[in-house]
Parts: sequence; structure tokens; C-alpha cells
Amino acid sequence: MDFNDTPEEAKFRKEAYDWLASNAELKEGPKDSWRASSEEEGLKQVKIWQKKLHEGGWACLHWPKTYGGRESTPIERVIWGQEVSKFKVPGGYLEIGQGMAGPVMMMYATEEQKERYLPPMATGEEIWCQLFSEPAAGSDVAGIKTKAELDGDTWTINGQKVWTSGAHFSDYGILVTRSDPTAPKHKGLTFFFVDMKSPGIEVKPIKQISGGANFNEVYFTDVKIPDSQRLGAVGDGWKVSLTTLMNERLAVGDASGPDFEEAFSLARGQDLNGKLAIENDSVREKLADWYCQQSGLKYAKYRNISALSRGETPGPQSSITKIVSGNKLQEIANFGLDMLDSAGIVRSDEEGAEQSMYQFGFWGAAGIRIAGGTDEILKNIISEQVLGMPQDMRADKGLPFNEIPTGNK
Amino acid sequence: MNFEFSADQMQLKDIARKFLEKEESVKRARKVLEGEESFDQDLWAQIIDMGFTATAIPEEYGGLGLGYLELCVIAEELGRSLAPTPFSSSVYLASEAIINFGDESQKQSFLPGLATGEKIGAFAHNETNTSPTEANISCSFTGGALSGTKIAVADGDVANTFIVTANNGTGVSLYLVDGSADGIQIEPQSTLDPSRSHASITFTNTPATELKSDWSDVLCLLDRAAVLFSFEQLGGAEACMDMAKEYAMGRYAFGRSIASFQAIKHKLADMFIAVELARSNCYYGAWALSTDAPELPTAAATCRVSASQAFHECSKENIQTHGGMGFTWEFDCHLYYRRCRQLAANIGSQSIWKDKLIGSLERANQI
Repeated sequence: MDFNDTPEEAKFRKEAYDWLASNAELKEGPKDSWRASSEEEGLKQVKIWQKKLHEGGWACLHWPKTYGGRESTPIERVIWGQEVSKFKVPGGYLEIGQGMAGPVMMMYATEEQKERYLPPMATGEEIWCQLFSEPAAGSDVAGIKTKAELDGDTWTINGQKVWTSGAHFSDYGILVTRSDPTAPKHKGLTFFFVDMKSPGIEVKPIKQISGGANFNEVYFTDVKIPDSQRLGAVGDGWKVSLTTLMNERLAVGDASGPDFEEAFSLARGQDLNGKLAIENDSVREKLADWYCQQSGLKYAKYRNISALSRGETPGPQSSITKIVSGNKLQEIANFGLDMLDSAGIVRSDEEGAEQSMYQFGFWGAAGIRIAGGTDEILKNIISEQVLGMPQDMRADKGLPFNEIPTGNK
Repeated sequence: MNFEFSADQMQLKDIARKFLEKEESVKRARKVLEGEESFDQDLWAQIIDMGFTATAIPEEYGGLGLGYLELCVIAEELGRSLAPTPFSSSVYLASEAIINFGDESQKQSFLPGLATGEKIGAFAHNETNTSPTEANISCSFTGGALSGTKIAVADGDVANTFIVTANNGTGVSLYLVDGSADGIQIEPQSTLDPSRSHASITFTNTPATELKSDWSDVLCLLDRAAVLFSFEQLGGAEACMDMAKEYAMGRYAFGRSIASFQAIKHKLADMFIAVELARSNCYYGAWALSTDAPELPTAAATCRVSASQAFHECSKENIQTHGGMGFTWEFDCHLYYRRCRQLAANIGSQSIWKDKLIGSLERANQI
């Protein structure tokens, strides 16, 4: 049992580090990170960086070389991720395309389409979004209603999508629609890719509980899509969607925000009733719990990496990451704010203000426990797919979609 | 990265598991619980035959000289099967104390017997209903003899080798007592888990030799043992999760398997989460123990807390999943619930280990 690389892994790690060292700036500390002054500026920098990655042969590691990738093994992706995290490099904006739209295009698009759309996705020239969730279809995402009607070889789309990250700056989107409302829920869906500049698409930001707006609503009014942009057979949209949903669950990982280290360091410097908080037994118990959770996730990840290193498929331990880290974040944020007493609720515009980090976690945790599969859906997945327990009884089973009782409250 | 047990170690684990299943270790735990015997002597003899007690004892003292990773996988299976034997006292505590702090003569006198199971060791530490500290241990050592009373000594009634904590006037050390010495009075104590025997022991001017140690070595012994106890707890936790799942799948209510209700599925998912966190932390502990890493105090406390939590979660929710049947004597749920409590108490409570964990992080300043 050790934490060492195999000789091949060490060689790859060195190659990755060397390239990064000559193309990017090392972080000054573990909490140092790249930040853009605005979304526009961030987008610009991400595109420049992605182009550089592509030229260096480090874009979309897992993709075939033909489309701009590197054909790396899963363990090489992990090593790249570890090395890149040491550097202050731009990130975000491209993950949905490269992580979700890319794989689905590779599986279902024509060769001509792959050659047209995949390379610009790899270089960062074109950005993609994912149009799945709807106001009445979240956890039960197969319950979507956005209508697709075929006339000749053109589809007409009407409806509304929600929680679409990056819709306002995306060039293309992958879209799931209902093409047959008389078929049972999972049977009447059809999957497309769509030009986000098409007439009839309207993007509106969603104001979140935190006040920010990272997601959008996307309205479709008589939007035309040629049948050639259909991915998979008519009525097979659910099967196609599953490819990307599986990728989404892998993509949404750790919750970002204050963790054990921050809470520990706060408690060591913070006065609580005339003594340092760290001397308080209930504080120590809480800290110990979070340390054990953080450590458990860390070593579960190491077990995964070890499996990848041996060329095996990782065990089911990765399915617990988001549930544990989301809930831990919510507790730590609450603890941090509590430690600051009444000052914890005061907003501060000052850079690096102590309460800001915990306030960020306070909102972020509430979101991360829902995004990309709620805690409850993930527990269903663990019990059904890992432990092999039966699915819940479904009231809509076998019913034509348009006869399923609805209510969106 | 190779953060996993080797193929050979996994094979050893599989051998241990199949052996304990074949020998119906859980049924034997019930027999000990219901009977008069302190432990299952036949199973103990077979465990010795398998070489398990000799695993980590160096070859020069009659052991197999394998590593601690091997002992960890065996511990997990002993925990899974509730093996009613003095293994943990004799191997994780007594043998370890002598291996780590004994002089040559103590090693030669005791380790071969502990390896062959001829000697059974016990660790006599607690004295009152509070956690032992360097300040509150009143058992004393003067002029080569021990005096004082220890309580709730696991396997104290069957051991013939005792490792005892006592104050020698300048501090607390570990002392080694041969069971045949004069002045040892043993009273078996009834506990929440009679499948593991306990006793109070009074030493009256009992001849003893010192293991070269001080209080920090006592804590070190507990850290090392904590990793191994954690693997037992992990095995027990996973067994409870599996039992709960199996029962839920076959139990029907309201016209359907209760395993199809979200309330039950989510309970099982919570158990799975606790078990996976504990397993990952136990591997961390195993790595630290087997490499003598400076992180051992942190790793030991982390896996101890995590595994105690997992076993607690799984043993109580296993009863809950079984409903009324889980509260009957007939079902095995209570055997695990009892063992969970016994293991949680054996080398110090959850609160103490949490405090130790934060203390070790403060010292290491691992931030």
C-alpha cells in the first residue's frame, strides 16, 4: 500500500507538470486561485487558455485525437487534474460541452457532424450548453414537456427549459424534447442539438436565492431544427439522455467553499465565551466529525485512483462524494457564521472578509445539494444501483404521457 | 497510486471470511452469549491453527512476521463474524505492547506463547467510570510489585498474561504480569456483550516487570490497537448493512417488498455512506500503522471515530429495518448491537477519540 506513481504515471506527471510550468503560473498557496473580473473577461481568458492547451496537446484528454483530444487513460486524466490544480489557470465555461455534449455527439452524430462540431468544442472556440430540466421536470427529468413536431424534415420546438448554465454565451445546446405525448413517459422523447442563435430562442437569467444568476431559463417559440440534427432515433431520447446524465453525475463533484481547514483555523483564533473556540468540547466534536468526513472522501478518492491505476473500473465509493461534501459544507458554513456571532449575518464588500466565505458556503451548499441530482435522488441511485434494491412503485408507469396527473407546486 | 490491499492480502481476507462462515462464527457468538463459557475454545484453537494470532509477531519470536496489513484484513473478518474469542485483547493489545515496548527477555518469554495461543493476553487499563488519564490511574508499582484494581478488562477472566497500566511514582508505565503470579484476584463481570467476557482484576503486591514505556507509549499502544479495532468495527458495520438489506428485500408490507420504500432505501444509503467513509479511513489507518508513519495518531483517531460511527449507525438501523423482529432475542441483530457497544468502549469512547484527533491535528498543525 503506497501513494506512489507507477513509472509510466510518473513520466506522464512530469510531462504534464513541465508543460504547465512553462505555460502557466504556479499558485502561491492552496487557496490561491484564478478569478476573472467579469464573466466576459473570464470567457475571453478561458478561450485563450483552451487554445493554448489544444496547441500543446492537452485539450480534452479523454477524446480521440481526430477530434482534438489526446486519447489519455482515465488515470492520466486524474494525474493531469492533480497537476493542473497546482497552477493558476482559467477554468469553467467549457465543461458542459466537453464533458456532456461531446460524448453524446461522439456516440450519436454523423461522421460529418463530428468533424464539424467536435474540434471547435475542443479548442474552446464554440461553447455548448445542456437543455434538459424544465419547470415541471427536475428529479423526474423524463417528465419534460417541451414539444417537438415534425413537418417534412424540419422539427418545430415549443416550450421552456430551466437551470441551463451558460445558455447566454453558448453557441450550441443539446436538447431533449417530447415528440409523442401519447406514448408512455420514457418512450416519447427525442434528442437534438440546436444552434443557440436560432430564431425563437430567448434566454433569461434566473435570480437565485443568493441574489446571483448563474443559470438561465430558455424559452423556445417555434424554433426550427433540421431533422439532420436529431441524435438517436425518434422516441429514443431517454436512452440518449442517460449517456449525458451519467457524465453529469461524474462531473458534479466536491462542493466548493470552506472546509475543515477553514473551520479549524477559525476555531483556533476565535474567542468563544472568553476562551478560544478550539478549547470548547462541542466545537472539537464537530471539527472531528468534519475531519473524518473529509478524510473519508479523500481516501475514497485515492481508492478510486488506485483502481484506475490498475486499469480497473472504480468501485461505487465515488457515489457518496456529493452527498457528504454538500451536507458538510452546509454545516461548516453554519458553524462559521455562528462563531462570528451577530457579525456573521452582516454582509461585507471587503475583499477576504471572514464572514464572506461562510456566507458563500451558506448559499452554495443549499444549491449543491440539489444540482446534478438531489441528495434524495442520489440515495435512490445508491440503494438501487449499488445495493440492488428495487425501484419505488411508480404511479405513472405505462400511462400515456398526456394522461399522467400533473401539478407543478 | 496503490492505495489498496494487495492480491495476496485480499486472498487472505477471503480465506478468513470463508473459514469464519464455515465455522458459523456468528452462531458461536450466540452460544457464548447464552452459555457459561467465556469464549469459544474450539474456534480459538482453529484461529490459532490458521496462524492468525502469529500474523504480526516477528519470526524470531515464533510469529509469521507478516505485516499489519495482513492483520487488518483478518480483523475485518473477525468483526464481520463476531468471533467470540480473546483475539483483540491478546493480539492487538498484549502482543503489540510486548513487541513495541518489551526487552529481549520479555519478548522471548512471552511472544512465542502469544503466537501459538498458549498464552492469552489482556490489557488492564480502566479503573473507574471515567476515561483513564495519566493523572487518574491509581494502580501503583513499587518494589517490583503491582497493587490496585482494574475493571471491565476484556478477556480478563481467561487471560494468563496481563499488560497493566500503573503509576510508579514518576508517571504511568505499562507493566507485564504473568498470570501464575501471586496476588491476582479475578472477578468475572457481566456486561452488555456477554459474547466477549470481561472481569475486574485486583492486584495485591503482584510481581510484575516494566515494559520500557511512559504515558505517551500507552497512548501509542492505543493508537496502534485503534486501527485494528476499527477494522473489526468496519466488518461489523458492513455485516449489519448486508443483513438489513437482505431482510428488507424479503419482507413484504402493504403488498410490496419494504426494500422498495424510500424510507428504507435511504436508510440503507446512509449506512452505505457511513461504511464507505469508514472503509476509506480504515485504509488510511492501515497505511499509517504498516509504515510507522508519523501521521499514525491522526490516522488512528480518524479511523477509530469513523468506524465507531459506522458500526453505531448500521447496528441500530439494522434493528430498525427489521422492525419488531429486530427486537427479538431470536434474530441476530442484537448480537451486533451488543458488539458495537463493546468495541466502542474497549479502547476509549468516541468523545475521547474525537478530542485526541483534534489534539493531534493541533500538534501536527496540519493545516
